Amino acid sequence: MSRLDALRGPTPPLDHNARSIAALAANPACDRRAVLDAVGVDKNLMAVHLGYSAQFGQSPFAVVRTRQFEEIVRAGGGAGLLPLLREALGLSIDTARWESADESADEGGGESAEEGAGEAHAVRHTRTEALVARAAGDPGTAVVLDRLLLRLDVAGHEVHLEPGVLVFQAGERFHVVTIKPFAVVDGQAETGRVSAAAREAAVYVHAMRALLVRMGLAPDRVSHDVVLVCPENFSNVPTASLLDVRRELSVLAWQLARLTRIDRILDGLPSGLSLDLRIEAGVPTRPAADLDEAVSGIAARYAPECLSACEMAYFCRAEARSGGALDALGRAVRDDLGGVETVGAAIGLATGTRTATAGEQGVAERLRHIRKIYQETVAQETVA
Amino acid sequence: MSMFRSYLKAQAFHEGRAQPSATVRHVHLSHAPLVFVPLRMAGEAAAPLGAMVGCDRAAPTLLVVPQPRNRELRFAFATELAAVVLPYIERFAGETETVEAKTPYERCLDAPQILVPNPRGVAFSRLLGRSTRFRRTSGPYAVPPSVPAFGQWLTFLAERAEHAGSSMFLAMTDVLAAHWVTGQSGVEDGTLAALLAWIAPPAGSTGHEAAAESEDPTRTPPAGPDTDPEFDRKVLQPAIDAYDASGSPERVEEALRRHLQPTWDLMWRAVDLLRGLPEAAGVSGRWERDRTALAREVARLGENPTPQGRWDSPVAAARRLAALEIAQQTYEAARAFDDPLAMAEYRVEGAAFAGEVVAVEADRRIVPPGGKRAVPRPLVTVRTGDPVRLAPGTRVFSPARRTQRKAEIVSVAGDTVTIQINDGMGQGREPAPGSVPSLGEVVCYTDLDPGGGRTPPLPALSDTPWTHGGPPEPYVPTDEDAQESWS
Repeated sequence: MSRLDALRGPTPPLDHNARSIAALAANPACDRRAVLDAVGVDKNLMAVHLGYSAQFGQSPFAVVRTRQFEEIVRAGGGAGLLPLLREALGLSIDTARWESADESADEGGGESAEEGAGEAHAVRHTRTEALVARAAGDPGTAVVLDRLLLRLDVAGHEVHLEPGVLVFQAGERFHVVTIKPFAVVDGQAETGRVSAAAREAAVYVHAMRALLVRMGLAPDRVSHDVVLVCPENFSNVPTASLLDVRRELSVLAWQLARLTRIDRILDGLPSGLSLDLRIEAGVPTRPAADLDEAVSGIAARYAPECLSACEMAYFCRAEARSGGALDALGRAVRDDLGGVETVGAAIGLATGTRTATAGEQGVAERLRHIRKIYQETVAQETVA
Repeated sequence: MSMFRSYLKAQAFHEGRAQPSATVRHVHLSHAPLVFVPLRMAGEAAAPLGAMVGCDRAAPTLLVVPQPRNRELRFAFATELAAVVLPYIERFAGETETVEAKTPYERCLDAPQILVPNPRGVAFSRLLGRSTRFRRTSGPYAVPPSVPAFGQWLTFLAERAEHAGSSMFLAMTDVLAAHWVTGQSGVEDGTLAALLAWIAPPAGSTGHEAAAESEDPTRTPPAGPDTDPEFDRKVLQPAIDAYDASGSPERVEEALRRHLQPTWDLMWRAVDLLRGLPEAAGVSGRWERDRTALAREVARLGENPTPQGRWDSPVAAARRLAALEIAQQTYEAARAFDDPLAMAEYRVEGAAFAGEVVAVEADRRIVPPGGKRAVPRPLVTVRTGDPVRLAPGTRVFSPARRTQRKAEIVSVAGDTVTIQINDGMGQGREPAPGSVPSLGEVVCYTDLDPGGGRTPPLPALSDTPWTHGGPPEPYVPTDEDAQESWS
């Protein structure tokens, strides 16, 4: 993995989180994202330095609200959480032990990036394994596991996952419990946010199952039903509902399997390539044009969905647009014009200025027909 | 998306300007619509932060909640908003006419029209309605009577907004995207400013340039209901802090005015653009349905002014779903019938075809199966360049002859299609003049039926079967609902 270190330079790497893995899995053909994530570059800083202020910030109000709600749910060692879990899962337990895999950071935050991240990770991961093993060996006792550190193999590269979730075991089943600040009003929540939560939770379920397999336990002890804890209606009172993430899990597993192995991508990159921002006192000092050239050397697969999932999206969009790539117009457009790569080619086929290759015959014929009836119709209406 | 729209996207990108995908306006546009640009506090479901609202573009009413976490201030906001919106709605609710029909019914003479920037504005309004309609005017957390009344109207309007073709409560980005296709993706089309930048870029710049400029949140703040996170951090948070310290809402007002004003202006520009399009033939009929729905709601409130419950009963839900489906189908068909550009999309997909009549057998008479007398059944052959995907036996309809409801395809051979006309030819021995297309006429046929859609037979509420919980209990307002926390 020294190649990754060489690409990154002296800056410490950023960890993956469920959101970044879900985003990567949503676009498995994007080498650029795969490399940047594997290297552990601060993509936000990179995008800003390249002149694309990613619209990724979170409002301070939302941050406060999220923290407040987490605190309410976790208050009293989970005293309020237990009845919710009991009801959502139909259990009849009275108590549950609360255990944390990160004893050093019980007070909020828990960012261990500063001091010897690698070492802290190892400690936490060992403790995670011990806690899970103990819980699995004692299925009669209900237990809530907090601040676990999970490991996942992504594109042949081991990543650490710092879950913002809890894991609950009762009976023989582990359930991932995810706390989200969006409201469930009369049993309904915003579809987009629920599916994002499901995709993220699926990453944790996947990683938990991988952990059980490594420990020689049956992976299906981790349930595909995730407990989603959200504020109810317009209050701060938490309510729990079950979210079946089987679909997200199978998509994730399939996409992770499809990811090109990172070393194979790295082999294709020019030697001497560097993604180092040359950060001095927190400020990138590398000339932007130079960095632009380096990043452009790694192939991207832009789709408009990236705009809400990747810090680099605006950079990649500009690149796609300047080349007139149909990707910039959306996946549906690309699919409709199957085989045609650029706007220029599509217009050329429609006007007949471009000769259709064997594979483009069908599309070309349809495009010419569309152009003809569109022009006829518009012309008629203008006359009328 | 269809291939037709994909081509238009590519063409728009190529030309640097949006391409019209409609020749007429398919929504009703009121003389004085009420424009409503709401903002909410980030991270909250329905905590209002402020709004710009009004019918006069030169004089919007600005409402703010200087401390959005304060419940009292939120209800004060709801009261102020109700003071603008309620009189506007009630102006229309009072004037009705009786429509003569098999069962005569009431219809309002006109109806309110509220325009919000985007679908999230509609969703937020629905939640705002949900959070205000259960409030009580006495007891703990009492509110003025206008607040629950406003909540009920918002709930009604948000519900109507789900019906395709309804124009009482519209999301501007949806309306614009139904009439123009831009050279950017659907994701970017969700932004009012970027959409308008493509449709009507400033003189001398392309859609590409104008849209790129519109993405700078400091120049064009988001159209809401969510604010720009940087604005929250740098402008709003200090302004709220200032209010907490001094009690003066001035800074919050100023901040929100600056955040809202650009979107307010864009909304009216969009209204102007839409006014430039002639109204489609079907719009007045659909607006009549809106006016009827309004009269029904007025009648409901007159009989039993309890707020709408939290959930539909099974029968009501099934009815609603059927109504939504019918509205969708008939709206799509009507769009195509009223607008050759909308029809072109179906022609490309093979669900419609247009072309010149190359053969007519106008005096053809046959004895229909089971009949005794020979009746006129003319055959019309059309030559088309369209890829027809309609099978023989399919019933087809034509915008030019809307009363003929039984024409059918007899055969499709190469680029010719033969149709048999079965009705709408008058009572005589010969088809009435003009009822059969003539040689050389350009005609268009499709299987889309703008008159179609029938509500499936559903039991009355009182006959709800036990499988569906039996007859539903009517919603009875509870203390719990009335005092629900709003934090």
